[in-house]
Amino acid sequence: MEENLLLDAIERYRNGQMDKNEKKFFEELKSNNPEIDELFAEHAFFLAELERMSEQKQFRHNLNEVENKLINEGVISGSKAKGKAKIVYLWNRYRRTISVAAAIACLVSLSTATIISKYSENKKVAVITPLVDHKLNQFEYKLNEIEHKLNDAATTTHSAVKPKFEANFRATGFLVDGKGYLITNAHVVQNAKNLVVENKKGDQFYAEQIYSNSVTDLAILKITDTSFAKVSDLPYTFTKSGAELAEPIFTLGYPREEVVYGEGYLSAKSGYYGDTTSYQISISVNPGNSGGPVIDKNGEVIGIISSKETNADGVVFAIKSKNIYSALKEIKKDKDITIKTPTTNSLKGLDRVKQIKKLEDFVYKVKGN
Amino acid sequence: MGYFSVLYVLIISRVKTIEQETLLLKGLAVNDTEAIETIYRDNFAAIKSYIIKNNGYTDDALDVFQEAMIVLFEKVKSGSFTLSCQLQTYLYSICRRLWLKKLQKQNRFNPSLETIEEIVPVEDDLEFHEKKNNDFLFMESALAKIGEPCKSLLEAFYLEKKTMPEIAEAFGYTNADNAKTQKYKCLVRLKKIFFAQYKNKD
Repeated sequence: MEENLLLDAIERYRNGQMDKNEKKFFEELKSNNPEIDELFAEHAFFLAELERMSEQKQFRHNLNEVENKLINEGVISGSKAKGKAKIVYLWNRYRRTISVAAAIACLVSLSTATIISKYSENKKVAVITPLVDHKLNQFEYKLNEIEHKLNDAATTTHSAVKPKFEANFRATGFLVDGKGYLITNAHVVQNAKNLVVENKKGDQFYAEQIYSNSVTDLAILKITDTSFAKVSDLPYTFTKSGAELAEPIFTLGYPREEVVYGEGYLSAKSGYYGDTTSYQISISVNPGNSGGPVIDKNGEVIGIISSKETNADGVVFAIKSKNIYSALKEIKKDKDITIKTPTTNSLKGLDRVKQIKKLEDFVYKVKGN
Repeated sequence: MGYFSVLYVLIISRVKTIEQETLLLKGLAVNDTEAIETIYRDNFAAIKSYIIKNNGYTDDALDVFQEAMIVLFEKVKSGSFTLSCQLQTYLYSICRRLWLKKLQKQNRFNPSLETIEEIVPVEDDLEFHEKKNNDFLFMESALAKIGEPCKSLLEAFYLEKKTMPEIAEAFGYTNADNAKTQKYKCLVRLKKIFFAQYKNKD
């Protein structure tokens, strides 16, 4: 406890909160005790570092704000030609990887685990209630559209992209880097010609896949739309270490047009047939949940929902977050693209409702055909 | 004649006087967004065109420019900075150096990189920046590691400068003394993690 008082004194001295006598006494104490002098120097350095970090964080935040503002105003933007050239360039670079990935995908899809995207389950759903499903969706879609229009009219800041094509599958994805990089499943985007991602507000952006690995079933998308403004402060982090059995977990996803919350627990540390790159979790999910984040109570992403066993109830598999890091490394190596995972977690210690409020803006609907 | 007068006006509006630039830097030191915006508007286009001419994309230019702004921010914060050349030249030199470094790292270094503007030596500044940047990362990760409510508690006291009674109320401690004891425990943990990383780096 003595150190407590000492640190307190150091702080008050540093901040000029001591009166004349106290100050004199402290200065004498300091000059007569080398230990105290050392502690003073150390603590003053530490506090300066802490303050500097906070200032720099604020500065970085301001930089991003200014950047976003200028991008929105059109002051900063890639010239049109350059943008297109980049896409062609990327496409040429990835074409080979994509076709190899597609070939592997053919082999992998022989496994019996059902993939939880609307795409592969389409037929099944269609057989049971084709009309209702379709109508419901259309109805919901119309409602959403009206809502977006209202929102747009109110804010008039977004020029949402309306895709001209009919989407024939829907899944989930979430941001890994605020610059517009999203994670989803490889099986979601394989064979997709066009991809659109949509946030909770209903803003839609064209995206393209820049990485896809059918073995780990991970894919990384990049939003290519210029209307997408960089976002900062992703609230969650990605864990590198493993999660524990029975740990409570939750997910957000798009099994419907609207975002849906689900919770469960970690039931096994390995996935389908002892696959150590994934977990088995017990949670209620439906087609469309594929690619959603699996998050623990501290707001750390521990995995990505990928598939469920057809003949068992509540047996769902999630790819471990570790795989994301290796994917990002590969992207860096092969494509020179640096994707930065968020470093600070602002979900920790919040109650679930607040966590979801912070989180839902970063979980996207992935659609395409 | 008309053409020339338009050109003249353009040059005037781009090139700031020393007084104007000093004012801008003062704004930057206190984290003023208007100053940041002015510097972006005046300088980003030149940096972008340099980077695009040299194998890069707009995204790269944004990254490099942001880092250069942080270098500049640290310099003006340290108080030791007086502008010995035009701000534009300084920023351009920093960005050029950062970009060359990035290209070298990716083995994309192209020795025939063109220089379109005057440059000044900035090696020392970048070394200083790298060191500072490491310290920043140490502190950020130490804060992330201590978890809640420690992180918020320390931030409330040291950064938001809230008083102990205010903190006790916000965090649900029965009185200011309890909050103080808790703050002390958190502080000791944070310092331990921070200095462990800090000493490890050598």
